[in-house]
Amino acid sequence: MSSLARTESPVVRRSLIGIALLYLVLFIFFPLFIVFASALQKGIAVYFNSLINPETLAAIKLTVLTALIAVPLNLVFGVAASWAIAKFDFRGKNFLLTLIDLPLSVSPVISGLIFVLIFGLQGVFGPWLRDHGIRIIYAPPAIILATIFVTFPMVARELIPVMKAQGNDEEEAAITLGASGWKTFWYVTLPNIKWGLLYGVILCNARAMGEFGAVSVVSGHIRGLTNTLPLQIEILYNEYNFTAAFAAASLLAFLALLTLIIKTLVEYRFRAELKAVRKEREH
Amino acid sequence: MKIKNLINAVFAFILMLGLTTGSWAKQITLLNVSYDPTRELYDSYNKAFIKYWKGKTGEDVIINQSHGGSGKQARAVIDGLDADVVTLALAYDIDAIAQKSNLLPKNWQSLLPDNSAPYTSTIVFLVHKGNPKNIRDWDDLAKPGISVVTPNPKTSGGARWNYLAAWGYALKKFNGDENKVKAFVSALYKNVPVLDSGARGSTTTFVERGIGDVLIAWENEAYLAVNELGPGKFDIIIPSISILAEPPVAVVERDTDRHGTKRQAREYLKYLYSDEGQEIIAQNYYRPRNQQIAQKYADQLKPVNLFTIDGVFGGWQAAQKKHFSDGGTFDQIYTQGT
Amino acid sequence: MFLLKQKSTLPGFHLSLGYTVFYLSLIVLIPLSMLFIKTSTISFSHFWSVVTAPRTLAAYRLSFGAAFIASVINVFFGFLIAWVLARYSFPCKKIVDALIDFPFALPTAVAGIALTTLYSSNGMIGQFLYKIGIQSAFSWTGVTLALIFIGLPFIVRTVEPVLQEIDPEIEDAASSLGAGRFQIFFRIIFPAVLPSLVTGFSLAFARTIGEYGSVVFIAGNMPGKTEIAPLLIITKLEQYDYSGATAIALVMLIVSFLLLALTNFAQWWASKRIGMS
Repeated sequence: MSSLARTESPVVRRSLIGIALLYLVLFIFFPLFIVFASALQKGIAVYFNSLINPETLAAIKLTVLTALIAVPLNLVFGVAASWAIAKFDFRGKNFLLTLIDLPLSVSPVISGLIFVLIFGLQGVFGPWLRDHGIRIIYAPPAIILATIFVTFPMVARELIPVMKAQGNDEEEAAITLGASGWKTFWYVTLPNIKWGLLYGVILCNARAMGEFGAVSVVSGHIRGLTNTLPLQIEILYNEYNFTAAFAAASLLAFLALLTLIIKTLVEYRFRAELKAVRKEREH
Repeated sequence: MKIKNLINAVFAFILMLGLTTGSWAKQITLLNVSYDPTRELYDSYNKAFIKYWKGKTGEDVIINQSHGGSGKQARAVIDGLDADVVTLALAYDIDAIAQKSNLLPKNWQSLLPDNSAPYTSTIVFLVHKGNPKNIRDWDDLAKPGISVVTPNPKTSGGARWNYLAAWGYALKKFNGDENKVKAFVSALYKNVPVLDSGARGSTTTFVERGIGDVLIAWENEAYLAVNELGPGKFDIIIPSISILAEPPVAVVERDTDRHGTKRQAREYLKYLYSDEGQEIIAQNYYRPRNQQIAQKYADQLKPVNLFTIDGVFGGWQAAQKKHFSDGGTFDQIYTQGT
Repeated sequence: MFLLKQKSTLPGFHLSLGYTVFYLSLIVLIPLSMLFIKTSTISFSHFWSVVTAPRTLAAYRLSFGAAFIASVINVFFGFLIAWVLARYSFPCKKIVDALIDFPFALPTAVAGIALTTLYSSNGMIGQFLYKIGIQSAFSWTGVTLALIFIGLPFIVRTVEPVLQEIDPEIEDAASSLGAGRFQIFFRIIFPAVLPSLVTGFSLAFARTIGEYGSVVFIAGNMPGKTEIAPLLIITKLEQYDYSGATAIALVMLIVSFLLLALTNFAQWWASKRIGMS
């Protein structure tokens, strides 16, 4: 901040900050405010009462279960993919990267539909699954699959740049000194990427719990059985139970905020560590 | 630690698979796949049926509900949503299940009395208190300066009834002159500022967002909106003529065979026709088939001049093809008019 | 297909790449290939007539157009926000910084409901916009506003770290050599952040063209006017026209893929050029 080139005149600086904040208030703060204001409209007692509705509780359970399965699977994938992509130079890397990004840009409606096409009764495996009494579509397994698909690149996207930035020197040194591959990963790589890893997991989790479009297509909307929290919010809203809908929504918004707080803490430590690493290198 | 996570996850996955398949098989559980506006109706009806069935047979049944747009629900059943009974907005959707999946017999509609529709409804208008724009009949909806709220017939079953009700009125008014009818319905839809994807969405748009002078709605939805959302804020207007909406019900026979729930599923639907069932139907602002019970609720269910879809449009298959398929009259309104 | 270019002392290339490709195929590629399989059940002429029907083209125009405009607006303001966050200090900066990710974490249906509440004619912001003649809900504007909300974090989050990385000493050096502020900005800062702006833009754009949950509430859904492409897909499904639905989806998928591929290639090319110089 002491740098000469960076000290714009206070007028410029303040007006830039002002414009940025105004934009954020308009586009981010207001929607957030609406969610909480509507949830608390009828008082705090109504707010908590509407949350202990058994169907809402069942929805929370299913949402948590979904995230508990989807996030670790994508985490393992994220680590493997970023190891291959960041540490090695190979042909077809750009192509692979693009494929990994793809689920991010597929319309949620389609993300659900493809699983209906595979596991639905008119689909490839549907009749066989039904004959054997295995339920995938319109049951939790399809909800989990769709969630994994939607959150697929989240961890990998966070990890690849971090691993690239770390470079290969430390790992190469460890290997030359005779450490095994796993040991090197465990004791050299992992400590270096742990904050980036956590950041990826947090974002992946937030998205997994909040997914609506794709899950809506494969859920079947059976009350108390196959509704996740975002679907339950839609149901409550459609029953004109606006307070309960926004109360449930505020849970997710709250989760989002909590995510952001943890993320900020993580980033803070992460930056401090990166700086320390850099300083060491300079010496 | 990560490997342990993975193992745990896989274990939980398998366990859950087992749970979901197991729990369905053991208890007597019925899944009723229904459309959007019947939430309140089946909420109270299910409680009554569970009590009735317990008293009659000593058996406990659990009834699960799924609600959504009628077409979406039909598609879910075709694609494997394991329904024991379907209670949808229009016969076309149950026909589609019969045609595309063989889950129920093609003659399903003749298996229960009254075209398999234990209750009927009709299409009415909801206006702001005191009717400031003086809306009395379908003509008023097509006048310039009136803002009309109705859902998209392409995605909402209820919206199709709305569209056909307007079309049927115009057919009568213009003595069957197709061009005039189309011009009339075009003018009406020109007045629509937003086509929500479902009936409930339209009600919210009208009631909560304050958009529009009039909402075209199911009679039962209109009453629900008046009583639940804004007592004293809205009036219901009954047009001179409207359509007889017959939301049908059916047992999904192939699924119930597999579950061993055919007997219960049949009784579940039959009980809708009983005095108690019809009473619950009337309490939820649907029109019961039983005339005695209808009489009892005459204050609320006022007589309406009704025409049927079979009489005016030659049944759902023909109506769907002519009006709502790609390139049908609804599409023409929007492609020509602009 | 994937050949190692240089020998590396590090182990695990085959294992990690093998697992990556396996999991990618299982979760993404095989399911997505269903789109091709389902679409191939119709003839090419039928496919062509579906994806070039006036209504489909109008929906593409809206989905792509609104996503493009929203992303362009977000590039400007996203850059400004990243700039402010990276270079200035002001009260509550941490909180503001954290709030950027909010649209990312908020369920889309909730976002849709909240945005419609906000921008409809009796909403908190909508009532003012309507007064000055901007119809902010159930219109093109509404769709764009919703997409701005969804896309913003992508831009800020890709640009912000790059801005932070720029070494103040380079700017000081340029300044002491007599370069003006604008020169410094356009000659030093802008070229450095350009690749990240492109990435942010394409990520935001790709994410928003397919957006359904938050947009459908505020769009208006008028065929040919305010009907987004994902809604058209749903409409086709309502008519049990699966292949028509997948045809529309396939076009969107291919556009997204090309866009992402182009960006990744541009990034790779840019980093290579910087690496060489």
